[in-house]
Amino acid sequence: MSIFEYNGSALIAMVGKNCFAIASDRRLGVQLQTIATDFQRIYKVHDRLFLGLSGLATDAQTLYQRLVFRHKLYQLREERDMKPETFASLVSAILYEKRFGPYFCQPVIAGLGDEDKPFICTMDSIGAKELAKDFVVAGTASESLYGACESMFRPDMEPEDLFETISQALLSSVDRDCLSGWGGHVYVVTPTEVKERILKGRMD
Amino acid sequence: MSQVAVEAPPKGGFSFDLCRRNGMLSKKGVPPPSYRKTGTTIVGLIFQDGVILGADTRATEGPIVCDKNCEKIHYMAPNIYCCGAGTAADTEAVTDMVSSQLQLHRYHTGRESRVVTALTLLKSHLFKYQGHVQAALVLGGVDANGPHLHTIYPHGSTDTLPFATMGSGSLAAMSVFESKYREGLTKEEGIKLVCEAICSGIFNDLGSGSNVDVCVITKGQKEYLRNHQLPNPRTYVSSKRFSFPKKTEVLLTRITPLKEMVEVIGGGDIMEE
Repeated sequence: MSIFEYNGSALIAMVGKNCFAIASDRRLGVQLQTIATDFQRIYKVHDRLFLGLSGLATDAQTLYQRLVFRHKLYQLREERDMKPETFASLVSAILYEKRFGPYFCQPVIAGLGDEDKPFICTMDSIGAKELAKDFVVAGTASESLYGACESMFRPDMEPEDLFETISQALLSSVDRDCLSGWGGHVYVVTPTEVKERILKGRMD
Repeated sequence: MSQVAVEAPPKGGFSFDLCRRNGMLSKKGVPPPSYRKTGTTIVGLIFQDGVILGADTRATEGPIVCDKNCEKIHYMAPNIYCCGAGTAADTEAVTDMVSSQLQLHRYHTGRESRVVTALTLLKSHLFKYQGHVQAALVLGGVDANGPHLHTIYPHGSTDTLPFATMGSGSLAAMSVFESKYREGLTKEEGIKLVCEAICSGIFNDLGSGSNVDVCVITKGQKEYLRNHQLPNPRTYVSSKRFSFPKKTEVLLTRITPLKEMVEVIGGGDIMEE
């Protein structure tokens, strides 16, 4: 068993028209035993920037604390929020620093940049950035998520349409993965508001 | 421990503090994770007025294609570019690092960077890490001494060649170069040959795929032809949109309005300094 499969996770981010959505499952497990069904895997960095961390939960939380610390230092020094691109470079640098003893964690970053341009990005556990124009996935369900997104995604979706698409892609993928599931957590971010929804899913 | 309590942003260099724990895990039979690789075809050749570099655009993680259109030709200096194969994070980090060292060197000297400078910086970094930084590179550029093409291996050894290939598709690409390369190619002939070599990698090596990127560097100018050829367009795109007749079941909705961005135009004193 790979260490990435210890807790189980599913993460996904999609780009729409001047908006983006980021979603995760809600299960925290220790191998096949479920520990929690309301686990938070997506974190808010600031109003328009979200971070999802898949992989080993202990590393995810440590990494999150370090990133929040660095973001707060940046806010104090610069008196502004980080741009998504800048934040992605920060995450990448922090991960690559541990090149020979990595955090077992695969991040997904989604944010609205200048002029409300959506930005999504994922990395491997040592910070190799993958910038995508459409969607990114991570976690134990990533293989089925690739398939679901590849067929369901269309460019320039409106927020409500994007929500349906990302939710259906997530729910159908986690049903094919034992280690993730128990509902979903979806954020749809537009320039004017953040809509956070909790989805009902299978409980097996 | 006291250092960890007041953790300041590090000054650089690798950190090894998780190595013990990760080593313990692998001793207990947990396999180490796989990283994103660019199981790649990258090539370069010298033509009559300069250098042409080429690359495919597939990134893989084990057997999964994780990026269908990634960029493998990295910027080093205005007159130098570098193709990278191997672990994606390593090629990205090593080229970024050297490119900023070159930029600082240009600020210091006020002269155009030389290809040998980039070559030495890259090989000394890679040699220092004894092949653990897994980057196989093709470095090309035109400087005061004319066009240069080098290959750099992960352990830090280098070659200087008129035509070069690297990555998992290097054998397929080299067979094209070996049969068709000659001295004094024109730009058009050069680009065509590079595309042919990359395409043989794309079609004959499973680690390489998708599109062809080309970069032409001549004295005083460069042309980055991103996605110069698209030999693998997407098939079976559904013309109908996906519709979900039954709405997703939502348990809870929370809406947070975002504050409007207010732009301050004029008014007030501009802060000094």
